[in-house]
Amino acid sequence: MNAPVLEFRGVTKAFGERDVLHGIDLEIAEHEAVAVIGASGSGKSTMLRCADLLEEIDDGDILLDGEVITDPSVDAVSVRRRLGLVFQAYNLFPHLSVLENVVLGRWRGHGVPTGEAEEAARAQLKRLGLEGREDDQPDRLSGGQQQRVALARAFAARPRAMLLDEVTSALDPELVGEVLATVRTLRDEGVTMLIATHEMSFAREVADRVGYLHDGRLVEIGPPEQILSEPREPETQRFLRRLLEAGRV
Amino acid sequence: MESTAERRPDRRAEREAARRAKTRRGLLIAAVSTVVVLGGLAVLILTSPGWPDVRDKFFDPEVFKDSFPDVAEAFWLDIRVFCIVEVIVLVLALGVALLRTVRAPALFPLRLLATVYADVFRGVPVILLVYLVGFGIPALDLQGLPSEPVVLGGIALTLSYTAYVSEVYRAGLRSVHRGQRDAALAIGLTEQQAMRHVILPQAVRRVGPPLLNDFIALQKDVALIAIIGVAGEAFRVAQIQAASDFNYTPLIAAALLYLAVTVPLARLLDRWDIERAR
Repeated sequence: MNAPVLEFRGVTKAFGERDVLHGIDLEIAEHEAVAVIGASGSGKSTMLRCADLLEEIDDGDILLDGEVITDPSVDAVSVRRRLGLVFQAYNLFPHLSVLENVVLGRWRGHGVPTGEAEEAARAQLKRLGLEGREDDQPDRLSGGQQQRVALARAFAARPRAMLLDEVTSALDPELVGEVLATVRTLRDEGVTMLIATHEMSFAREVADRVGYLHDGRLVEIGPPEQILSEPREPETQRFLRRLLEAGRV
Repeated sequence: MESTAERRPDRRAEREAARRAKTRRGLLIAAVSTVVVLGGLAVLILTSPGWPDVRDKFFDPEVFKDSFPDVAEAFWLDIRVFCIVEVIVLVLALGVALLRTVRAPALFPLRLLATVYADVFRGVPVILLVYLVGFGIPALDLQGLPSEPVVLGGIALTLSYTAYVSEVYRAGLRSVHRGQRDAALAIGLTEQQAMRHVILPQAVRRVGPPLLNDFIALQKDVALIAIIGVAGEAFRVAQIQAASDFNYTPLIAAALLYLAVTVPLARLLDRWDIERAR
């Protein structure tokens, strides 16, 4: 079997006194999509930020294609160029056009010539249904469109894995669908993904495996139908029951 | 249903009339209160016992006509000093702000210097700096240092305003959301690239109005270089003319010239702020 694309080995992270991640073990195979669900504050976002080296872990290792990336000697910039992180709040660059948002990383970060990077970005935006919006400023777009641009921006460099951090949480309900469709497009192309979400239908539909994160521990992980319908662990059962009562499943 | 449909146009006309009446009343009140306040002030000044003296000493049309061309010519020097100092300040202040923002350990001594510099030079009155630089540097008797008062005055203004403007830039840099840096790093930019292509452009756009505000202050403070003997500066020229016959009208001429630059700048600033608020 091939080495996993992304691997967490006993990853521990604290912010001051507060333990956020506690001995996380997780392997994500090539072409696999893994969703991590859990209450807000359970550490989902921190997992992704640690993998993209925006946060330093305290213990354990994270590996990308079998290589430890959390070693202090590793060049963080070159690791980030192999991963694509998408944020809950989109974080598009407001002073740049849609096209420039997608091109900037390819051009400055990867040293791809402008013309080539632009051509690829245009094709990418078209594929994600954003043709005609290339020259708009991001604030002229709806939330759903902005998040799709953010997906295009993160995917522009064909990363080894995409890290999606609550990509639908900031959206009005009627805009969630278009973003999910975009994620599904990437999924169907076999893009390896680690997804933090509390959108259960999203997890069910897109993920090959779903893990439940509770107080910084990965309580259980398995196929979506098992985790979301017949969870084994009492914490997972309680979490799903609360969601059900709130009408979120 | 029919009755409401019939009543509607009347109600609409009534409301329209009430709104117009309210606007008219507002305009009338504004006009009356303006006349009362400004008229009162005018009466107070014009009937004061010393007004005839003040009028002759400060607002003499003949003296104004005689002195204005010289003062206006001298004002050209103010404009040149202002423009040159402003450009240097904009560049240096950005450097100071960036030094205070970067976290590289090797740059610690520079960061410390930049912090001390900004604290000290913002805390010292500009007029004192003009004296210190204007008389202190020539007194050092070192070769190669400038000795012309206008250059020394320019240096003093630059030192003071660079400190102020660096703080404006720094506030701008800090106001850019952390998520922008995260996003820039996430797409594979280095820290420096993130600063240059993502954070700095947003910061500079945000600080436009406060920067313009400091421009206005600088434009007025150029007059301070007169105190170290810069010949041909507008305020100085007006002062000399006033001293020759104890008539201060030339100073009013100088004041009008300063206003001719600062008022349009202030209006520009207002409009900019309104556009940004939209």
